[in-house]
Amino acid sequence: MGRGSDLTERALSQWMESPGPESDTVISSRVRLARNLEGIPFPHLMTDEQADQVIDMVGAAFRSPAAGKLVLNTWQLIRMAELSPLDRHILVEKHLISPNLARTDRGAVVVGAGEAVSIMINEEDHLRIQCLYPGLQLAEALELANKVDDLLESRLEYAFHEKRGFATACPTNAGTGMRASVMVHLPVLVINNQAGRVLSTVVKLGFLVRGLYGEGTEALGNIFQVSNQVTLGQAEEEIVQNLRSVVLQVIGQERQLRRAIVADMREQIEDKVGRAYGTLLWGHIISSQEAMQLMSDVRLGIELGLIKGVDRKILNELLVAIRPAFLQKLAGRELDATERDVRRADLIRLRLKASGLERTE
Amino acid sequence: MLCQECRQRAATIHVTRIVDGRKTEMDLCEQCAREKGEFDFFVEPQLPLQSFLASLLQQAQARSAPQALATLTCDNCGLTYKEFAQTGKLGCSKCYEQLGERLEPMLKRIHGSAEHVGKVPKRTGGVFRVRQELRELRERMARAVQAEDFETAAKLRDQIKKREKEVE
Repeated sequence: MGRGSDLTERALSQWMESPGPESDTVISSRVRLARNLEGIPFPHLMTDEQADQVIDMVGAAFRSPAAGKLVLNTWQLIRMAELSPLDRHILVEKHLISPNLARTDRGAVVVGAGEAVSIMINEEDHLRIQCLYPGLQLAEALELANKVDDLLESRLEYAFHEKRGFATACPTNAGTGMRASVMVHLPVLVINNQAGRVLSTVVKLGFLVRGLYGEGTEALGNIFQVSNQVTLGQAEEEIVQNLRSVVLQVIGQERQLRRAIVADMREQIEDKVGRAYGTLLWGHIISSQEAMQLMSDVRLGIELGLIKGVDRKILNELLVAIRPAFLQKLAGRELDATERDVRRADLIRLRLKASGLERTE
Repeated sequence: MLCQECRQRAATIHVTRIVDGRKTEMDLCEQCAREKGEFDFFVEPQLPLQSFLASLLQQAQARSAPQALATLTCDNCGLTYKEFAQTGKLGCSKCYEQLGERLEPMLKRIHGSAEHVGKVPKRTGGVFRVRQELRELRERMARAVQAEDFETAAKLRDQIKKREKEVE
């Protein structure tokens, strides 16, 4: 893939480089809008020709002069068929596309604004507009998603039903077609066995809680995704506000426990954080799961002021860089599980040492 | 077909890989595919969502009209009820009209509501948009009247009249 090789060669997306609000506990915010075009069957029923047609129509909308007004002037459209399975997997690891899109040769993705915007074409719906922001910035993500949505709607005929809202392939997305989600890091709630209690309350309030890579994934590295379940009968702004206030409650609990743990168990937490840091700096074989846990501990150490001189950016970059596809891309060849564990440890040592990490006593 | 790796279990996963322009294909069982582990994302979680949706639709059907759902087909895309029950997905935007009121209980069960109140497309949503604005204007007028702010209410009434003409 000649153009835009940053997409599959840089682990850290540009949008993740600046820290967002509440970034001691919130990694990122995302808003996704599902849209379909009138007169064309939904992706699971359409022909290859219709799939191509949808890709071309979206491409044309982005070439229109109106697109220049958006931050999207550096957008690129990539068809899945042009990408190797490895490159597709990297886009999944960077949260730019879903595993479902990676599986289909008929899909495509438009990426722009420093990878803050990605539009999946021919996934479950014709269009899935996704906007990502660092920290807790749901309203900002919604605003950008709306701009991209308006641009596309000025050129394309959307399928819209007065009563049911935007027509989506799955009725669970009907109405606004919007899924807003927040990725939160809750290590101290997990240490204290409180994460289950807090998160089950969130579920009772009608929100979904999942692992780092969405549906059916476990919560690696104490990172959870909280998102809205209801898409019909509530306005976008209302959904986003509700999600925001629920997330603020959750991170409030995490912060409270963090303060308590530093006051009451300082040695224990310093020991845990220091050991994690030591293993990452000196280990030579580290599995993905172990790395995620240790990086979570180091991140906590940074937030608590126990580890100084480390940029969170390095950890955010490593979240993607240590994933299997990315390691193989870096190596330039296929790696078996053991080779990956060795390469992963090499990469972590290199990045942490380069960042001039030092622990305070 | 048997799995190419273990030659014991049935192959349920077809893997197509294109490396440097060379296409290779494999038929694997779920266990071998997972063990090979190169692309761990193709093993989908077994979500019973589809059958949930289908049963919700079935319940609604039983209450309103007892004739068989099995014969239900979308005129536009040809989606049958059976297909919907299998995938949990509708086939086209017309399915929403064709299924009409039958969708209502299912949507209510999922969302607690069956009526959209959010964003309306700017260009294609013309009439819907005006209707939604009218709803909001009428609510504001009612509030103004309640607050005895008749000046504002009169202004809103004029706006409503103007907008009403657009919809007619």
